[in-house]
Parts: sequence; C-alpha cells; structure tokens
Amino acid sequence: MKNNFSLILINLFILGFFSLQHAWAQNLTSNDLIQHTKKYDGKTVVYRGEAIGDVMGRGNFAWVNIHDGNNAIAIWVSSDLAKEIQFTGNYKTQGDILEVTGIFYRNCLEHGGDLDIHAQTLKKISAGRIVSYKIDLIKLKLIFILFGVLLLIWILTLFRRK
Amino acid sequence: MILKPRLKDLKTIGFYLGKIILGLAFTMTLPILIGLCFGEVNPVLDFVLSILISVLLGWSLTILCRTGEDLNWVQGMIVVSISWIIAMILGAIPLYLSGHWKSFLDACFDAMSGFATTGLTLVQNLDHISYAHNFWRHLIMFLGGQGIIVIALSFFVRGFSGAFKMYVGEARDERIMPNVINTARFIWMVSIVYLILGTLALGITGIFNGMQPVNAFFHGACIFMAAFDTGGFAPQSQNILYYHSIIYEIITIVIMILGALNFKLHYHLWSGNRKEIFKNIEVVTLFFTIIATFFIVVIGLAQLGSYPDALVLFRKGFYQLISGHTGTGFQTIYPQEFLDSWNPLALTGVIIAMALGGAVCSTTGAIKMLRIGVILKAFKEDLKRIIMPEKTIVIEKFHHIKEIFLEDKLVRSALTITLAYLVLYGLGTLIGMFYGYPFLESLFESTSAAANVGLSCGITSIGMPTGLKITYIIQMWAGRLEFMSVFAIIGFLVAAIKGK
Repeated sequence: MKNNFSLILINLFILGFFSLQHAWAQNLTSNDLIQHTKKYDGKTVVYRGEAIGDVMGRGNFAWVNIHDGNNAIAIWVSSDLAKEIQFTGNYKTQGDILEVTGIFYRNCLEHGGDLDIHAQTLKKISAGRIVSYKIDLIKLKLIFILFGVLLLIWILTLFRRK
Repeated sequence: MILKPRLKDLKTIGFYLGKIILGLAFTMTLPILIGLCFGEVNPVLDFVLSILISVLLGWSLTILCRTGEDLNWVQGMIVVSISWIIAMILGAIPLYLSGHWKSFLDACFDAMSGFATTGLTLVQNLDHISYAHNFWRHLIMFLGGQGIIVIALSFFVRGFSGAFKMYVGEARDERIMPNVINTARFIWMVSIVYLILGTLALGITGIFNGMQPVNAFFHGACIFMAAFDTGGFAPQSQNILYYHSIIYEIITIVIMILGALNFKLHYHLWSGNRKEIFKNIEVVTLFFTIIATFFIVVIGLAQLGSYPDALVLFRKGFYQLISGHTGTGFQTIYPQEFLDSWNPLALTGVIIAMALGGAVCSTTGAIKMLRIGVILKAFKEDLKRIIMPEKTIVIEKFHHIKEIFLEDKLVRSALTITLAYLVLYGLGTLIGMFYGYPFLESLFESTSAAANVGLSCGITSIGMPTGLKITYIIQMWAGRLEFMSVFAIIGFLVAAIKGK
C-alpha cells in the first residue's frame, strides 16, 4: 500500500513536471528568438508560421523552414512528423501554417552551430493551398500601347531612310 | 578654362548609352524564358513591359543621337557612369512590378545592389517570389559582376577604339588579350564554364540535401551566380542558412574564392601556368590578409564564448569572414547575430576583411589586393631606404603575371584609390550615425555597401531612412566603378554649368 502510494506520488510529480514545462513553453516570434538567443537557448518554445521552400529529408529526420512573417527559422523534425506537411510556401502555393513545440538552440552543436528548433510536436493549424493569379489587364494594355509606339517609331525610321 | 560640353559630345554619349540599354533589354529575355518554363504569366508580363520600355529608350537614343564618332576618354567614362544608373532604373522596373518591393526606391536599391554585386536587399516576402523574378535578381549580379559594359562589348559592339575607354571606366584596367573585345569574351567564357560546373555541383548537392531536383538546380544556378560574382543574394530569405549543409558551404567558399581572383590569373591558370598562383602578389596578399583577419575574428569570438565548440567557431567565423573578404555577403547567421553573438573585435575583423576585398579585374569590390600589396611593398622599400646606407640604390619589384618594378606612379595611384575608398566608408558611417545608428554598426553597414559586400548587421531593412537608402545606393555605385567614372560625371556636370 505504502509502495503504491509512493508510485502515485512519483507519477504525479512527473506528470506535473512535464505539464508545467509545456505551460512554460512560450509562444514566441522569430524576432523574439533571434534577438534574445541567449535567453531561450536550450528552452522549450512554441513557434508558429508558414512552412516555406523544400522539406529537406535527411535520413529519419527532415529540415523544415518556418516563416512567421518576419524571418524563417529552421526546424529539425522527425520524418514521421514531417509527413503532416502537404504544402510549402512558394510563388504558386501558400504553405501549411504549423505550430511547433520544441527545444530552441542558439548554436546547435548537432548542426554545425546553426540556430534551430528541434521539434517535439508539430501541429497543422491550417492547411495550405494553391494560389491562383488573374492576368493583370493593366499590364497587358500597357504592353499593347508600348508595342504600338515601337511599331510607329519603326515605320517612321523606314520613311526616314527612304 | 572649362569647356562646356557641345551637342556633338552629348550625341556621342547618347548613342553609346542607347546601345548599352538595348543590350540590357536583350538580357531580360532570359527571365521570360524561366517564367514561361514555370508557367508564371504575370511575371512574364512584367519582363515584357520592362523590355519594351528599355527598347523604346535605347532605340530612341540610337536614332536621335546617331553618330559615327568614336568615344574619347571622358565620354567613355560618362557613358559607363550613366549606364549603371540607367541599368539600375530599368532593372528595377520588373522588380517593382512584382509587388515584392515596397517602393520604387527599394526596387532601385536592390537593382543597384545586384548590378554592383553587393547583396544588401530590401525585398519583402522573398520566399513567395516567382522563379522569373528570383532568377532576374541573380542574373543582374552575374551581368554586373562581369560588367554591364563587358556585356555590350562582348555581344553588341563591333570593334572600335572607344571600347577600351568604356572597359577601363568600369574599373577594369587590365587587358587579358591584346584586343579588349576578346578580353570581354574571355571573361564570359570563364564565367560560363564555371557556371555550368558550379550549377552541377550545387544542384547535385541540393538533391542529396533533400531538395526537389528542379529546385536544387534552380537554386544551384542562382547561388553560383551570386557566389562567383561575389554578389550575395540567395533565392530564399535565410540566405545560405536555408540549406543546412556543410558541403554546400564548402562549395560556395570555393566559388567565392574563384570569383575573387583576377580574370588574368584565371587565364594563366587555364593556359597551364599554375606556378603563377604561388607567386602572384594578389594571391599572396589575399592569403595573408585572410589569415590575419581570421585571427582577429577568432580572438573576438573566443573572448565572447558565443560558440561553445571550436569546430562551430571555425565554421561560422570562417564562412562569414571569407564571404566578407571576397565581397560576397553570403551569411550562415542572421544579421542580428552579428550584434548578439559577435563582439566588437570580431566585427572589426570582418570590417577590415570587407574593406580590403579581392583581386583587381575580378568581380569583387573594395580596395583590392593589388593595391594593398603595392602599398605594403612601398612601405618595405621605404624601410629599406632608412636602414640601408644612403648611397644604396633600393629597387623593389613584385610579381603580377610578370615582374614589375615598383614605381612611384604606381604607389601614388594605389594610395589615391585606397584613400578614396576610406573616405567613402567614412562618409557612409557618418551618415549612418547621423540617423542614430551606433558607430560600429554604421561602419559595418557602410563598408559592406561601399565595398560591394552585402553582409548586414541589421541596419539594411525596409524601414531604414530614405536618406540612408540613397546613401548606400551611391556608395554601391561609386564603389563598384572605383571612382574614375564617378569623378568624370561630376566633372562633366560642372563643365555643363560653369563651362564656356
């Protein structure tokens, strides 16, 4: 009975510790992280933004770069978690908006001193999409006008030569 | 008595300007091809519009100013000087039309930064820019690195004696071949051979790094152009940090160093004269200045203890230093990290490296190794004169392709340009401080702009004062043209106002 009670206490302590640690994990912007690298070094942080560029697979892990509107920060994520990502941002696509909880490293020794976050969890906040563009008619009209002017100059030079 | 420029002078300048503008318009067809390949309609329209404006301007100038006259020295310099400003404006049109630049001035800033192979940027939302516009950003570095005039000489100008005057005006005073047009073509041949090899190396590395093959080769080509032309733009907002690859970093270091070497040296190496690399004053000076400045950076970084591991310190410190010394501006750290993780001593090491630059007749900016070498030799000669008996005749020589006697004329010219650069760095620093930035940050950014480097400690941003944007544009322009053409245009304007 006494043993069971101690076990429950230990479990409660571990649970409490992890939930507290998660509660301490702060939702931070890229500017917060880049400008206060020493403060957040080795801490668990929550970072949210759009996945951009390529998801670069490296063995059982992958690099995902997440842009929060100010800067992009590199996320080292397991391949399983990376599978969640369907769209990455570029000219023709709006990337998935992701929320990453992970450990922030100011100079990650595992990755040559890069500033990065090692993801523990990755949550898709909203799915990306393909962006469609309409043809810019003003630009098209301007092109026709300028082309007409060029043609006119060419005809005038022909007359001048004759 | 100052003579007022005549209509004939203006016509000659206008005619050759027109030809150069037509050459520039032709280069805009390349991003159109890229845009068509990737099915980007609006970006293609941006470039068609820009081509039409350029052709209209260039063609009108050649028609209105038609002349059979050859250029004299002053006219040649003025053509170069104005063509860089016009290239900036025309090159900025497609950038501005993309909607990724807040104002036309910001687009002009990036266009000048590209043509002058600097690498400072004011682009917004770079990670969503079209392939066509991204390619143009890097292509203007490639064109600017070889020289806008070199393009015109290579493809659009048929042999005339004024060619050499324009070539010299673009800060290239060394003829590799007896004929300046063949020299220009050789510069292109070297660049294109390296472009193919570099793109292949970076593209294959990109694929191994997990990038999509098309993206890997597109990035490979862009990064090559920015590295060989010591530019510093990159296709993604994180610059080289995006790739998370030591192999990518090593390849770019090799390309940056190749870009920082004299095209004349490339010619001799290609011709089998490999010993030249060990004897050449520029290579020797570059080697020693890299060691000296890296030593300063290492001491600075070690003092602060930002990088806990020696290998990490070497990787981060050496990359930023080589990038600064070759005038490239690639970064594997965020600009703010220069202030957060680097102390003033380490920053000073990078500033000195940026101020020195690479070789003459290369794609780098700044004071350059030949001048530093000549000045050091002159110091050595003067020291010998003090130490040796009065009657001793002291003769100093240096090796630059051939043995050259150190003449006073040569030393004076090296010192004049060095002084002009130091004044340019200083003026930019003062203006930065006028806008409220601290001394070291202002000096860093000013040196980076004037030496056409592109490393940033965070001052260059969309929100920076308009006056500072214009200052950096002028610094990039003057630094790239090495003052002669800039002095010529100032003289021309004075003559136009005060001349009789």
